[in-house]
Amino acid sequence: MTQVSMTVNGKAASGDVENRTLLSAFLRETLGMTGTHVGCDTSQCGACVVHVNGEAVKSCTMLALEAEGAEVSTIEGQAAADGSLNAIQQAFQDHHGLQCGFCTPGMVMSASALLKENPKPTEAEIRAYLEGNLCRCTGYHNIVKAIMAASGQDVSAIAAE
Amino acid sequence: MYEFEFERPSSIADAVAALKGDEAQALGGGQTLLPTMKQRLASPATLVSLGGIAEMKGVCVEDDGALAIGGGTTHAAVAEAAADKYPALADLAGHIGDPAVRNRGTIGGSLANNDPSACYPSAALASGATIVTNAREIAADDYFQGMFTTALEEGEIITNVKFPVPEAANYQKFLQPASRFALVGVFVAKYADGVRVAVTGASEEGVFRWTEAEAALSANFSGDALDGLSVPADGMISDLHGTSEYRAHLVGVMTKRAVAACG
Repeated sequence: MTQVSMTVNGKAASGDVENRTLLSAFLRETLGMTGTHVGCDTSQCGACVVHVNGEAVKSCTMLALEAEGAEVSTIEGQAAADGSLNAIQQAFQDHHGLQCGFCTPGMVMSASALLKENPKPTEAEIRAYLEGNLCRCTGYHNIVKAIMAASGQDVSAIAAE
Repeated sequence: MYEFEFERPSSIADAVAALKGDEAQALGGGQTLLPTMKQRLASPATLVSLGGIAEMKGVCVEDDGALAIGGGTTHAAVAEAAADKYPALADLAGHIGDPAVRNRGTIGGSLANNDPSACYPSAALASGATIVTNAREIAADDYFQGMFTTALEEGEIITNVKFPVPEAANYQKFLQPASRFALVGVFVAKYADGVRVAVTGASEEGVFRWTEAEAALSANFSGDALDGLSVPADGMISDLHGTSEYRAHLVGVMTKRAVAACG
């Protein structure tokens, strides 16, 4: 076992792990933070997306030991301390951006990474950015709409479709 | 995934030393290796992460004008840092996998793996790039030796890749609809001394140069120069996504598109 330490959502986190432990497993099983989902476990679906040092990564395809000393953000760190949702989460709720909700943590984390580098993305840019996030409910339309709304853009035209 | 010993050296020298161990394997961004290990298709005794080696990251311009990219530089970093200096290469890097994969995967990892459908090998071969390792410099023409096969020796690490910057270049990728890898990808690069055309995704031998097209395009850099030229279907990959004939046909189509996009 090897000790690994990182910062998760602003708080120090550490644990003893096997070297083969994936970051997703460390978050879910060692830290008990099950908001990060594991869908395909083959880096296709994006349910496990978290941010490592500010960049979106698939936590099922990164070793926990590779995140030694890193700043990690997960879905649990998105809402404010009082539980109020952030702009992206609120937009997902307002625009029915989730159906079963399984892909939602990854969708929200990818959306957050997108809006950080591109604050006013076009619909096409959002769809391109979400290439690595799969929704098995196929609810993409409202996910894209929610992300546009979260970026402060008018989505009434999309709503009419 | 089987358990392994793990090392994370901070210098190339330490990584080379660590890779001398029995069944030691270098880990780049892990976007191919970790899924392979999960399936138990690989089970190294020791994994040597290259992620902590600062001297292997970054993009700079050499004295001779070539673009030098550290082997540990992620696709996302190349897409950003090469955008002004070598736009076709930056565009290729910015369309590998998806954003999260691009934040982990590295150019050195991609070239060391030499997946027959990977994008980077076509850019390296079409650019006549030099693959720099801890031990030597290898010309791209000598480096790629078939599907998943390269000139790298055991434990040899790609520390840098030098790309001569062409006058014009473009990469056209026809997506395999499920994996989003290249079903066929063609990189065309026009230099003062001639045009180079490299094809990925198509051949059972991995990336290759289409020399007939190179000769035609060097004489006349326009899509018309390719009329009547074709690559044989023999030796092309054939699977449920496309027959060998289909891939051979796509090579011509994508080359024409790449030339047209060079403007």
